[in-house]
Amino acid sequence: MQEQQKEAFREEAYELLSELESSLLELEENPEDQDLVGQVFRAMHTIKGSGSMFGFDDISAFTHDVETVFDLVRDQKIPVTNNLVNLSLSARDQILAMLDAGTGQGTVDEVQTRRLTEQFRALIPGQESDAATMEEEPQTKPDGKQECSYRIWFKPCAEIFLSGTNPVALLNELRDLGSCHIRGVMDDLPELEGLNPELCYSSWEIKLTTDRGRGEIEDVFIFVEDESEIHIDLLDAHEAAPAAPAAKDTAPLPLQSEQPQSPGRSKAPAENKSSANAEASIRVPASKLDSMVDLVGELVTIQSRLSQTAAGREDAELMSIAEEVERLTGELRDNILNIRMLPIGSTFSKFKRLVRDLSQELGKNIELKTSGADTELDKTVIEKLNDPLIHLIRNSLDHGIETPEERKAAGKSEVATVHLAAIHSGDSVIIEINDDGRGINIDAIRSKAIEKGLIAQSDELSDKELFQLLFAPGFSTAKTISSVSGRGVGMDVVKRAIEALRGSIEISSSRGEGTRVSIRIPLTLAIIESLLVGIGNSKYVLPLNLVEECIELSREDVERSHGRSLAKVRGHLVPYIPLREHFDTEGTRPDIEQIVIANINGSQVGFVVDHVVGEHQTVIKSLGPIYRDAQGVSGATILGDGTVALILDVSELMKGAMRDEASVPDRAACC
Amino acid sequence: MAKTILAVDDSRSILQMVALTLKGAGYQVVEASDGQAALELATRQSFSMILTDLNMPRMDGITLIRQLRANPKYRFTPMLMLTTEAGDAFKAKGKAAGATGWLVKPFDPAKLLGVVKKVLG
Repeated sequence: MQEQQKEAFREEAYELLSELESSLLELEENPEDQDLVGQVFRAMHTIKGSGSMFGFDDISAFTHDVETVFDLVRDQKIPVTNNLVNLSLSARDQILAMLDAGTGQGTVDEVQTRRLTEQFRALIPGQESDAATMEEEPQTKPDGKQECSYRIWFKPCAEIFLSGTNPVALLNELRDLGSCHIRGVMDDLPELEGLNPELCYSSWEIKLTTDRGRGEIEDVFIFVEDESEIHIDLLDAHEAAPAAPAAKDTAPLPLQSEQPQSPGRSKAPAENKSSANAEASIRVPASKLDSMVDLVGELVTIQSRLSQTAAGREDAELMSIAEEVERLTGELRDNILNIRMLPIGSTFSKFKRLVRDLSQELGKNIELKTSGADTELDKTVIEKLNDPLIHLIRNSLDHGIETPEERKAAGKSEVATVHLAAIHSGDSVIIEINDDGRGINIDAIRSKAIEKGLIAQSDELSDKELFQLLFAPGFSTAKTISSVSGRGVGMDVVKRAIEALRGSIEISSSRGEGTRVSIRIPLTLAIIESLLVGIGNSKYVLPLNLVEECIELSREDVERSHGRSLAKVRGHLVPYIPLREHFDTEGTRPDIEQIVIANINGSQVGFVVDHVVGEHQTVIKSLGPIYRDAQGVSGATILGDGTVALILDVSELMKGAMRDEASVPDRAACC
Repeated sequence: MAKTILAVDDSRSILQMVALTLKGAGYQVVEASDGQAALELATRQSFSMILTDLNMPRMDGITLIRQLRANPKYRFTPMLMLTTEAGDAFKAKGKAAGATGWLVKPFDPAKLLGVVKKVLG
């Protein structure tokens, strides 16, 4: 349980730190905002308090000084300055490092801890306070186990009940310490008409024989010592014998010891309410959800097998059961996938910090605007988007945004804007990074691509195609790698990461006005709607969101195109890839084939298959490490009859076809 | 009938620890993560005891205690403050608002139970 609680603390602390970061950044902009100061203080306070409870003493000790400073800020004794925000952000990072170090990730820079602590202490006027010295009552142990007797006189203040204290409980506590003789003293009890039942008129004389120390007896009265008369005297050995023959027990009290419950209020509904409250939200480890998604995947597979079997038998009852199961499975699938959805906002707030720090480092004045922070995406997708987005934002800040002087000279506002937006669109989410920087020099891309041998001098490429060249491996227009552009990840890596999420990325830019990077990501990774097709004895699936339509391709059509893989679709020529040849499928080609027309990043391309089976809910299974590099397939799925169908990676197939075409000089580029 | 305790803290980990400990000792526990939520819960149902953190969003613990004490239902109910501070001035402030006692963080489950038993009798 200890480990579990530590983990709970860690999780909480990570969340608090991320909130803390955004509060600090907001505070920097609104230094007078007392609510924000309160938020920062409370975050530090909770981290300190909980940290010490769960054994994170280093974190608790470090946070103490930060908390003290923010307590003073709260009392308006210290102003919010840039320096304070910077220092607090560093402190926040340091706490994060301490947490990480606790899980074995990285180490803590002790020098930095000391340096920050000193800097915070320097902010505290006068001497640092001792408020946090944890009060551990000294355990005054008696000498050995010797029993001593004490006479205790306890006269509570009349209003003791109004502080929620029950004197009987205190007397019972004394009884637990040793053998006890208690005599109630009722001398102050007034006449009945003068009696206020809410006041306490009793006092007690207690003789206690115990092997415990005086400290423990004093502890019994710790909450009432200030307002009560309490005398504890050690008796000598003669008096130690039980002397008081008077009332052996507590004098009857004028008040009930139970807390008053309002009559007529039934307890049952109250309990119901309490459990409802506890269930309002629950936290579960992500791994549990993952295995649930896996199970639903299995269920979807078995359900399609049931539907297939039912369709094969002419049994109306079985059919209706199969349909019902299909409906329920669909609902279950949607619900489970929905549980994994998280708003992308948490990632966005991280970037605020990134932009702030980088702007300072680069000497640029940049404001990050975000919109659509509540757009929801699969948790895994959000996590995997983090690095590519960081890279793109860094790129934009480093290369895209001009220095304030340059901006002024160009007649732009000195403050540059980077707009990060998430937009829901069908079964995808579009994430856009817009900057109002210098834009991309398209001629520079062109000449560099020619220089690198990626395109020929004579090639005529659209702007869109030229921008796509930025994603080619090793293509970078930056002359040097600055510390900002960081880990040396190229745009090709960004593109691969996005494609691994079955997404796509596009750049558009106009010179002097800015650049827009647009990323389209499917909502979830686990299950997709797809189109099931057959070639020979094999089955394949294509993601349905890319499919536009299916048309027939007859033998005559093929002959008419004179060896060029082009089909006429509504007046347009659409290139196609004959998958039967591509996959070297055995058997004969049917007389009439089908072309599945897909739209990939705005380009149409056809895939020729033997026949189209229909829509299919595809549970994506990875191919495993051996087939990881297989080109043209992105995964596999299990069909209702238990056979395996490969999931086609249509954009990879298209690229492969383009490369093949390019290597055959007398043929025009495929698309 | 087990006594029901309202535990209030904006730190989830502390709340969890308090709840587990008290439930383990046979109490019923209702949790709230700030003073305002606690006040609403306490108005709707009845508790034998309130355990509250002090620094919380929306409503702090001292205000919560003061407001609850003003409610006839909670006139005599034990209310404990969970706090990281141990100074006398703060204790006096808590007492003035109507707190029964306090528990200084960090505390372990045994200490928590000790104090709860102490005031609940």
